[in-house]
Amino acid sequence: MKLNLKIWRQGGKFKGEFVTYQLPDVNPDMSFLEMLDVLNEQLVMQREEPVAFEHDCREGICGTCSLVIDGQAHGPMKGTTTCQVHMRHYHEGDTIVIEPFRAQAFPVLKDLVVDRSAFDRIIQAGGYVSVNTGQAQDANAIPIEKEQASHAFDAAACIGCGACVAACPNASAMLFTSAKISHLALLPQGQVEREKRVLSMIAQMDKEGFGKCSNVKACEAECPKEISVENIARMNREYLSAVFASDKAMA
Amino acid sequence: MSWFTKFLSSSIGQKVIMSLTGIFLMLFLVVHLIGNLQLLKDDGGEAFNTYAFFMTHNPLIKIISYSLYAFILWHAFQGIRLWRNNKTARGNARYAVSHTRPEERSARNMAWFGIVIFVFLILHLWQFWLQMKMGVLPPAEVEAYTHPVQNLYLPVIEAFHNPLYVLFYVICMVVVGLHLWHGFWSSFQTLGINHPRYTPLIKAIGYIYAVGISAGFAIIPIWIYFAN
Repeated sequence: MKLNLKIWRQGGKFKGEFVTYQLPDVNPDMSFLEMLDVLNEQLVMQREEPVAFEHDCREGICGTCSLVIDGQAHGPMKGTTTCQVHMRHYHEGDTIVIEPFRAQAFPVLKDLVVDRSAFDRIIQAGGYVSVNTGQAQDANAIPIEKEQASHAFDAAACIGCGACVAACPNASAMLFTSAKISHLALLPQGQVEREKRVLSMIAQMDKEGFGKCSNVKACEAECPKEISVENIARMNREYLSAVFASDKAMA
Repeated sequence: MSWFTKFLSSSIGQKVIMSLTGIFLMLFLVVHLIGNLQLLKDDGGEAFNTYAFFMTHNPLIKIISYSLYAFILWHAFQGIRLWRNNKTARGNARYAVSHTRPEERSARNMAWFGIVIFVFLILHLWQFWLQMKMGVLPPAEVEAYTHPVQNLYLPVIEAFHNPLYVLFYVICMVVVGLHLWHGFWSSFQTLGINHPRYTPLIKAIGYIYAVGISAGFAIIPIWIYFAN
């Protein structure tokens, strides 16, 4: 099938503009990223600069691929990453607009690649357990109810891709941050540092220049792991109780 | 900064300000609507003028009304601040293709609705509240008081004889409804109140509330226009 691609190019000779490319023969069985690989092969053959885009596992678990495809982070499919979108969802002659994730806190490095290290710094601020929780235990040695574990797991499914920030009209990182906070707040191992964690992660999130959630829920709709905004409510509860009911200093 | 100012300037703190002031304003709207529905009574303004005198002279209500003015301003300025802040966070480059799901429309336009409501409020206060405050309204005799009270009923009835005013008020009430459509649920979510057991109820009450408030206020000018 023949496709037209309108791709954002930035860096080198490109000042930040859309360039239109034509792919004459796209196989419907290709994944979206394979289609871009074909484009890049074509560009290299023509001695042109290939399009920079991020990818790694290509099976929807690493959170490296990004892209806003026709206005939607990770493309038109619900609960999928860009690498899981296949070309069979497109038709002969379609024009696909491909843009980088856009947010002040995610500056474009080149073409479709953005710097998402702001997320790493939020994790570094407290998205871990640093107290000694002992050796890895038998699966059932730590008493925790199934539902609680499931909620923690749902939050832990976040792959930190940044689609929530890309989709949010406010470029807010609250879905990501709340997923990370919820994941640990719901588990016994996360209890010791629970209050300190939420205070320092929120402070770091604010410092990175992300926007403030206004409960639009575009993040939930476009999240490839379908993380729920219930996590944002939980984060708000965790934050309020840490501010008003704990003895931990504000970060 | 003290812990409290740190909290108020944090992202969640700013959202909580919007939420709490918003909840107060939503409660006010209920009281305001119940009071104003007395305009529909066919008694030449007896009930409404009595009510208006009581509301402007009861010391407890005075305290509440001054807090109301403060909360309206706080909600508005905090909202504008968040809106500008969020625009900066989004960055200068806009998406070439925008994708808005229909259910997101009211949420995405909260700031615009808010601005319309603020402009409406200025006109609304200037038109009725200010006249009452300056005491330029003609006196009216009511049964409840031995002395005459200000006839606030009169300018209201006069204003809504003008079809343009009626149209303007109705449009503004639709905007208020859209603002509340998102605002009701959103204020609970911000406070961390989201639970599979009661969130569906909060949403349902919110939608009924938004439509009820909007329709309840809009019916007053329409009724007065057609009744007279």
